[in-house]
Amino acid sequence: MEHESVPLYWRNIPSYYRLAARRCRKCGEVYYPPVVKCPRCGSSELEDFQLPHEGELVEFTVLRSVPTDYMKQKPLVIGLVKLGPVKVLGQIVDAAPEKLKAGQRMEVVFRRVVVDGKYGLVMYGYKFRPRP
Amino acid sequence: MKAGIVSWGAYIPKYRIRTEDIAATWGDDPARIVDIYLVYEKSVEGYDEDAVTIATEAARRALRRGAVDPKRIGAVYSGTESKPYAVKPISSILIDALGLANNVFAVDMEFACKAASDGIVAIAGLVESGRVEYGLAVGTDTSQGEPGEHLDYSASSGGVAYVIGRDGVAAEFETIYTYNSDTPDFWRREGSPYPMHGEGFTGEPAYFRHVVGAAKGLMERHGYKVSDFAYAVFHQPNGRFPMRAASMLGFPPDKVKPGIVVTHIGNTYNASALMGLARVLEQAKPGDKILLVTFGSGAGSNAFVLNVTDAVLERQKADVPKVDEMIADKIYIDYAMYLKNRKMVKLFE
Ligand SMILES: [Zn+2]
Repeated sequence: MEHESVPLYWRNIPSYYRLAARRCRKCGEVYYPPVVKCPRCGSSELEDFQLPHEGELVEFTVLRSVPTDYMKQKPLVIGLVKLGPVKVLGQIVDAAPEKLKAGQRMEVVFRRVVVDGKYGLVMYGYKFRPRP
Repeated sequence: MKAGIVSWGAYIPKYRIRTEDIAATWGDDPARIVDIYLVYEKSVEGYDEDAVTIATEAARRALRRGAVDPKRIGAVYSGTESKPYAVKPISSILIDALGLANNVFAVDMEFACKAASDGIVAIAGLVESGRVEYGLAVGTDTSQGEPGEHLDYSASSGGVAYVIGRDGVAAEFETIYTYNSDTPDFWRREGSPYPMHGEGFTGEPAYFRHVVGAAKGLMERHGYKVSDFAYAVFHQPNGRFPMRAASMLGFPPDKVKPGIVVTHIGNTYNASALMGLARVLEQAKPGDKILLVTFGSGAGSNAFVLNVTDAVLERQKADVPKVDEMIADKIYIDYAMYLKNRKMVKLFE
């Protein structure tokens, strides 16, 4: 599978690693992934906004046919988690899908997301798991 | 004023394998193996976890427990022997994972299981000299043993992080002492997947000589008695060694047992004694004195005397998972899943 290039991954590190979002200074809307221009009001004055590292599971799905990068992690559980003002899509780990329930508390964890073969870069980022 | 532990955080991956399941795979008698090592089960990282992700979780918890602003951290030193990269430091990744400033000293340290405690020593020096306000010392490992070999029964995964500073100290470093030598008890050559150890050589000339040497040296030089201490915490490659070191030094079992976690999570290497210390800090009272002795093969030990302060009560109340809660929060896996999670089956990944 085609991986994200090293420079692009590097530029995205603040948002991948610690969920750094952007908030529009004019209308207050928060964006994750971050944007450079507010799609709602058109302003390009945006500031950093740190998403909380705990939230609520909105919904989730279980993928049994997965992209090649995730072949060894089947089934892949993908969920939408409400973190403060936004809903963030991400992988759910450390939990059997049959035990997940919409509305439950989730925490953000730091994990390996894509490993570029035996010699390439290990790309890290956020995932979710039920809060113990 | 002396430097001390301002805050601490620990992380134990959720997966566990029972000693009896490892023994069944390799044809050992489970009762005999448990009796030799006193390790009932050990922690195993998830498929997408490594020493970097474990370090990040422990460090985030340490910052959260003490409400420490990451921008005030002036040094991050990670002790490990299971770096995912041969060249590229874990500490560099921690800068962005934790949101530290770029004006932060960052390096990985290696001395088998002892390096994290050398990070503590170095950071205490940086803090006491006034060069940094706070520093973060991390111990993290996903240590492996050759499948079916002795270490397979104990080598496990986990991490700890300690914020060291002078402001808001929960346990002050009263004294630090060290004992090191060239002892070939355990090693791993570049490119070798698993460590080798000198059979029957790991006990007396390695672990006991250095652990007892450091503890005795510290107590003699500074005039401490066993009765001065509420707790003694030792490096724990198995459940038997720390108890025996304690008895050689004259410590009663009840001062040592609170700091023993190896029986239920295995040997987390750089997080071993320091995980025991985290558990002790979660129950210690102001005024308690703690003796901490780490050990790394090669070989050496660092011994610390910690003085618990009133601030410990505040830290104990923080909304951060306790070591005991993490020990209890587990998912059992079988030996096949264990090999998969630890990448011990050949994969193209
Ligand atoms: Zn706007």
